[in-house]
Amino acid sequence: MEKTVKIAVIGGGPAGLAAAESAVEQGIRPDDILILERADKLGGILNQCIHNGFGLHTFREELTGPEYADRFIRKVREHQIPYLLKAMVIDISPAGMPGGTGLTVTAMNAEEGLVRVHAKAVILAMGCRERPRGALNLPGYRPAGIYTAGTAQRFVNLEGRMPGHEVVILGSGDIGLIMARRLTLEGARVRVVAELMPYSGGLERNIVQCLDDYGIPLKLSHTVVDIKGRKRVESVTIAEVGPDRRPIPGTEEEYTCDTLLLSCGLIPENELSSALGVQMNGVTKGPVVNESLETSVPGVFACGNVLHVHDLVDYVSEEAAQAGANAARFVLGEIAEDSAAPVTITAQDGVRYTVPSSISLNRMEDRQLIRFRVGNEYRNAGIRIEFDGKEFRTLKKNILAPGSMEQVILQKKDLEGIKGLKNITLRVVQY
Amino acid sequence: MYDVLIIGAGVTGCSIARELSRYRLKAAVLERSSDVCEGTSKANSGIVHAGFDAKPGSLKARFNVAGSEMMADLSKELDFPYENNGSLVLAFSKEDRKTLEALKAQGEENGVKGLAILDGGEVRRREPNVQETAAAALYAPTGSIVDPFLLTVAMAENAAVNGVEFCRNCEVRDVKRAEDGTYRLRTVNTEDMTEQTLETRAVVNAAGVYADVFHNMVSARKLHITARKGEYLLMDRKTKGFVKSTIFQCPSAMGKGVLVTPTAHGNLMIGPTAVDVDDKEAVNTTQGGLETVLQKAGVSAMNLPVGEVITSFAGLRAHEDGGDFVVGECEDAANFFDAAGIESPGLSSAPAIGRSLAGEIAEKLGLPENENFNPVRKGIPCLSAAGLAEREALIREDPAYANIICRCEMVSEAEIVQAIRRPVGARTLDGIKRRVRAGMGRCQAGFCTPGQVEILSRELGKDPGGITKCGTGSGLLTGTTK
Repeated sequence: MEKTVKIAVIGGGPAGLAAAESAVEQGIRPDDILILERADKLGGILNQCIHNGFGLHTFREELTGPEYADRFIRKVREHQIPYLLKAMVIDISPAGMPGGTGLTVTAMNAEEGLVRVHAKAVILAMGCRERPRGALNLPGYRPAGIYTAGTAQRFVNLEGRMPGHEVVILGSGDIGLIMARRLTLEGARVRVVAELMPYSGGLERNIVQCLDDYGIPLKLSHTVVDIKGRKRVESVTIAEVGPDRRPIPGTEEEYTCDTLLLSCGLIPENELSSALGVQMNGVTKGPVVNESLETSVPGVFACGNVLHVHDLVDYVSEEAAQAGANAARFVLGEIAEDSAAPVTITAQDGVRYTVPSSISLNRMEDRQLIRFRVGNEYRNAGIRIEFDGKEFRTLKKNILAPGSMEQVILQKKDLEGIKGLKNITLRVVQY
Repeated sequence: MYDVLIIGAGVTGCSIARELSRYRLKAAVLERSSDVCEGTSKANSGIVHAGFDAKPGSLKARFNVAGSEMMADLSKELDFPYENNGSLVLAFSKEDRKTLEALKAQGEENGVKGLAILDGGEVRRREPNVQETAAAALYAPTGSIVDPFLLTVAMAENAAVNGVEFCRNCEVRDVKRAEDGTYRLRTVNTEDMTEQTLETRAVVNAAGVYADVFHNMVSARKLHITARKGEYLLMDRKTKGFVKSTIFQCPSAMGKGVLVTPTAHGNLMIGPTAVDVDDKEAVNTTQGGLETVLQKAGVSAMNLPVGEVITSFAGLRAHEDGGDFVVGECEDAANFFDAAGIESPGLSSAPAIGRSLAGEIAEKLGLPENENFNPVRKGIPCLSAAGLAEREALIREDPAYANIICRCEMVSEAEIVQAIRRPVGARTLDGIKRRVRAGMGRCQAGFCTPGQVEILSRELGKDPGGITKCGTGSGLLTGTTK
């Protein structure tokens, strides 16, 4: 199958759906868009997130994951935006359109065979994956019963199967916390959640609602030092770690269990982007993008968890809408030329990264959202914004935590007010 | 009455089985695990050694050099991944340099071709990531890498096609020699615990770390095998090209030291450690072991991409006290043939051990030739290795090729189904992994486990609750939700 469109969207999860919808609202005809989705339905990971708490920002109500996804799927259907399910994208290459412009997306599909989609713009919305046991260098045996939290979630919520009965969880990422509650409600015994860092990687509300409410202990500064069981997990030993994150001898505690769940971070899934030659950010493991969420490859935009891992899907939708609108403007030739060097954004002193990492003054809208995460827990701190090394403003923050995404909004008029502005720096300051 | 029963379906047992299938006989391979390639054969360096390490005149030297010479042709005949990438032994000191000279002389005596000593500059020109401190290296152009899983599986499949039975989940509990010189093997099925006694004219003992146990059941000349643990770290295929050849350090009394090598699939692998352990089941990794691997590999290579580690594992070498392979008919037990103490270079030697032992057995038992022997086995067409046009053709032929189950290694439903349906097919998640690499990639089966469980359940006609990672006791699911 060969098809020519204006915008190809890679991924039909929350990011891809919101991006496609937004592109239509920006004036792209729906049949000039194609969403390529690997699974047999739209909605992405939201389909297995049956807990509530989604949509508080976007819809001002508490929805479950599938309900939240459904709001976007309905819009896609209303607008009759074409999508191809069970389509695994295997390659994105430049120069796919006549005249050597645009991009060609190649996918595989059982009915269509190889699918080649030529597009003027591509929106990367592939999401992320979980960090597995092997990447954590956890010593011990390699029996059945070691799952990432998301895999366990899929088994429980979509297949109706229990991954185990006596559970130790390593990592306090949100999916792990959600699964601690879910498994408890299903009759399993969650013995402990161990977290390597001295702070949780998840949202405060999840710690309260998923652990505290069920009396599940959270052990900060702890890690797994041994896994026993040749066939199936029989026990997991955890130990306290020092400031160097190495286990402290003598602090080991062995927990009898049949399951170890891992919730130790998410990694944007950028194999396609890397192969295309998109410049990557070493911190986020996502593409480097400018104010338009455009990557280093012209016409290729990124949004959602493939760009950087979000804490709330509402922010994914918001970001994806921006990427979709910008891709539409790109296709319609509405993105202004800008030969001037962009203003770079530097993350420093506790600010781990920013998205975007540069701004074109010519292209930016009146207000520019800058999203970032911090690398530690801070109380009574602030985010200082500097223009070319001079403090512009410091925003007071009572609490900053790595588990929560932060944002600042910059006004175009403020940036234009600095003559020859080259750099904006964001840093954490403590009072 | 069987003609031959082979204990152990590792690479050695499967090689012997395949070579025996060149003859007309009734033979079976008895394996206690749920699959072939479940012991030492699944957790090793995947190296076809050139053959300069072993002492001249030893069985290790003889079988290594012969096996290494057979491997390239065998890889074509049986269609398994093999690459002649060459190997380097690095020298960091004057003593090391002397060791290189000694290894070179020893290799030449063993019949290894093309050995040469390179200076440090030449080493780094070939391998830019080798440490500056490496002053010289012994280059062995015949050093190669192989997929140890598919080597074993391919030999098993081919043996099965040519008439050898494979009994998995079949643990041999006792071997007795009857008055008439035949043998009685008492076995237990590890799934349903039913016992059975099998009669056979000859026994092949290819039981890995347990080969001493079976040998000692029939012989007064006792063997003693120690399990020598080796821990490894495996890195993402993104690291492809970090080194092209297999990089060794100078060997010690405990073995060939920590190596840095590409795998036949383009991963980077470092390891192994060498620590003797009492427990012959202790395939656990340890914090100390993994740190040792990283530290020692760092002596050979700079800028090791440690952030790209996707898994770690440990294997057990079967080290016999005598330090050499024990291959051949047991002196005081006629028709009991040992392939014992098969530690490194066991993988490299397997084709030659199989050829030699099968010949010896056939002669002893007077087995006629099998005119119908088919030496050729074709592998499962691999989607990820195929070009675009080939992929299109594969999908047209079988649309299940477009249904990607393992996204990291791009393994389709079609390949998984074939892995299950083949002779000696996969019955477990690990069995699928070793045959078609589903779950072998960077997410380590996080994404594809549910999909694999579904396919296994459908193909085997079993409830998903009965699907295991590696046989009895390793169930993946513990029940249904409320």
